[in-house]
Amino acid sequence: MTPRPEAVRRFSFLRARVLEALIRYGFMVLFALVLFAIILLIAGKDPIQSYRDILTSTLGSTYGLSEVLVAMTPMLLTALAVALPSRLVLINVGVEGQLYMGACLATWGALTFSGLPGWILLPGMILLGMIGGSLWAFIPGLLRALGLVNETITTLLLNSVAPMIVSFFVFGFWHSPMDTNKTPNFVPAARLPTLFGTRIDVSLLLALALLLIFWLLMRYTRWGLEIRAIGGNPQAALRNGIPVRGYVISVMCVGGAIAGLAGMAQVSGFYGVLLANFSRGTGYMGFLISWLAGGDPLGIVLTSFVVAVITTGGNLLQLTRDLPYAVINILLAFTLFVVLARPSLRRSRRSA
Amino acid sequence: MTLLSILGVLSSAVFSGTSLLYTTLGEIIDQRSGTVNLGLEGVLLVSASAGFALTSITGQPYLGLLVAMLAGGLMNLVMGYLTVTRRANQLASGLALMFFGFGLSAWIGRPYVGAKINGLPRIALPGISNLPVLYASLFRFDLLIYLAVPAAVLVWWLLFRTRWGLGLRAVGESADIAFASGRNPRRIRYQALFVGGLLAGLGAAHLSIAYAMNWTEYMTAGRGFIAVALVIFSKWHPLRAIGGALLFSGAVAFQLLLQSSGFQISPFLLSTIPYVVTILVLVLWGGTRSHSAPASLGRVYQGSE
Repeated sequence: MTPRPEAVRRFSFLRARVLEALIRYGFMVLFALVLFAIILLIAGKDPIQSYRDILTSTLGSTYGLSEVLVAMTPMLLTALAVALPSRLVLINVGVEGQLYMGACLATWGALTFSGLPGWILLPGMILLGMIGGSLWAFIPGLLRALGLVNETITTLLLNSVAPMIVSFFVFGFWHSPMDTNKTPNFVPAARLPTLFGTRIDVSLLLALALLLIFWLLMRYTRWGLEIRAIGGNPQAALRNGIPVRGYVISVMCVGGAIAGLAGMAQVSGFYGVLLANFSRGTGYMGFLISWLAGGDPLGIVLTSFVVAVITTGGNLLQLTRDLPYAVINILLAFTLFVVLARPSLRRSRRSA
Repeated sequence: MTLLSILGVLSSAVFSGTSLLYTTLGEIIDQRSGTVNLGLEGVLLVSASAGFALTSITGQPYLGLLVAMLAGGLMNLVMGYLTVTRRANQLASGLALMFFGFGLSAWIGRPYVGAKINGLPRIALPGISNLPVLYASLFRFDLLIYLAVPAAVLVWWLLFRTRWGLGLRAVGESADIAFASGRNPRRIRYQALFVGGLLAGLGAAHLSIAYAMNWTEYMTAGRGFIAVALVIFSKWHPLRAIGGALLFSGAVAFQLLLQSSGFQISPFLLSTIPYVVTILVLVLWGGTRSHSAPASLGRVYQGSE
C-alpha cells in the first residue's frame, strides 16, 4: 500500500466556487435522502414525517442544536487527527486506537489524582490524554520513518489492541463496585466544564481553536511550508535538507495527540466515566470526514456538522419511529456513498 | 485441569476459528486483486443478519447459508461500484461500507432478536461414536467446519493454479500491465470482490447460524478487522491463513486453559498477542522486499483514457 495521489487531492471549500460546491453537495445529500426514504417506506414509516422530525429535533430548537454540537465535537478532533498526517501523505487509520489510549491515560489521571482541584487536574488529564494518543501514534510513525512497515497497516492493527488494553484496566483494576465494565464516575473536578447549561463542553472550543491553529500553521509558518513540501515530493524535500523522518514521526505523534485529546474529551466531558468499549467507530468517522473534506479545516467543520445532524437525528428515529438507532447509519452511509462516487463529476467538469 | 476441559477449549477454538478463516480467505481474494476492503465488518454483519433472518423464517439453515453468501457478495459489489467504477478511495469507501453494514444489519435483524433457530446440523466425526458421550459431543462439527481447510486449499488452487487466479494476481500487482497484456482489470476486480464476498458471507453465516445461533446487534465484534489483520499475518497466502486463524482463535482458547489451570492472566492482554506478533513479524520482514503484499494494493485503477 503506497501513498496514493488522490489522498492529497484537495477539495477546498475556500475556492471561488463555494456556491457551486454547496449546490452540488446539496444535490448529493438530497439523493441520499431519497435513497433512505425508500428504505423507510419499505419499513412502513412515513419518510417525509421522519425527515421533518429529524430536522425540527436537531436544527429546530436550541437544545437540538446544542446536541448536534455535542455530537460534532469528537468528529472535529478525530478528523483533524487524520487531516494533519494526511498533509504528509501519511494515512492515519489508527485514530480509533489513539482515542482509546488517550482516554485510558486520562482516566488513570482522573482516578489517581481525584483529590486535586480542577484547575490542576483537568490540564493534567488533557496532557495525559495527548501523551497516550501520541505514544500510540509514535509506533507507526517510527516504523514508517525507518521504512519498515507501512503506517496504514500498523495503525489498523493497533486499533484492535487499544480497546483491549482499556478493557484490561477497566475490568482488572478500575471498575466500580457496581459495574464491571466501567469505572466509577469521575469526580466533578475531573469533568470538563460545560457551556451555557447545555451538554456542550469546553472541548468544542478546543477543537475549533486547534483547527484554526492547524490552518494558520499550514499557511503561514515554516513548518507548514516544509510539511507541504514533503507532501508534494518527499525526495525533493529530503534533497533540500528538510528532515523528512523527523517530520513523519512528529506529525504522526501530534495527530495521535489530537486523537488522544478527543478520547480524553469523550470520557471527561461527554461520559464522565470510562466505559470498556465506549467508542464505536468515532475514529473511523474522523477518517471519513477528513477524507471527504480533503483535509481542509473549514470543510471538516461543515462535514462534521452535517454528519452530526444525521447521527443526532438517529436518536429521534429510535424514539418516535421504533427503528434501531443504528439504522441512521444507513442514511449516513448513503450520504457517504454518494459523495464518494463524486470523482467522475469532477472529471467531466475538467474535460468540459 | 482435565482432558475434557482441554478438549472443550480446543473445540471452541475450532468453532470460532472457522468463521475467521472463511472471512480471511475472502479478504485475501479481495486484496490479491488489489482492493483493500475495510468494510468487511459491515459485510459480515449484513450477511450474518440476512442468513439468520432467512433461517428463522424458513427453518432451513442451508438456505440461510446461501442467502448469507449472496448478501456478502452483493455488499462487496457495492464496494466494487465505488472503488472500481467510480474510482473512489478504497479506505474511505470501505469505512463507508462498514457504517452501511452497521445500519442495514440492525434493520434486517431487528425482528429476529432473541429468535430461536435450528442451527446447521452437526455431524459427528466418524470413529468416535464409541467414546463417552461427553467427549463425543465435543467432536460434533457442522459441515462448514469440515469444509474450512478444503476451502483454503481451493482458494489457493484458484489463485495460484488457474488462469483466472493468475489474471487476478496480475491485476493486484499492476492493473496497468495486466490491462496491457489483454486483461480487464475492472471486471477482474469485480469478480474478486464478489467471490471474496461469498466467502465472507460463509464466515458470517457460520457465526450466526452455526456457532452463536442467535442474532444480536453488532455481534461480529471486530471480526472483520481481525480478518484484515490475519490477511497481513498470513502474507496474503490462503494456506498460511489456516495457521493464522488457529493462532488468533487459539489465543482465546489458550487463555481459557490458563485460567482453568489457575494462572491469573488477563484475557484481554492475551488477546493482544496475535496483533503484537503480526506487527513484530512485519518489522522483521521490513527492510527486505520479500513480503508479498500485492504491489498495487489499495491503488485505484484509473483506466487508460
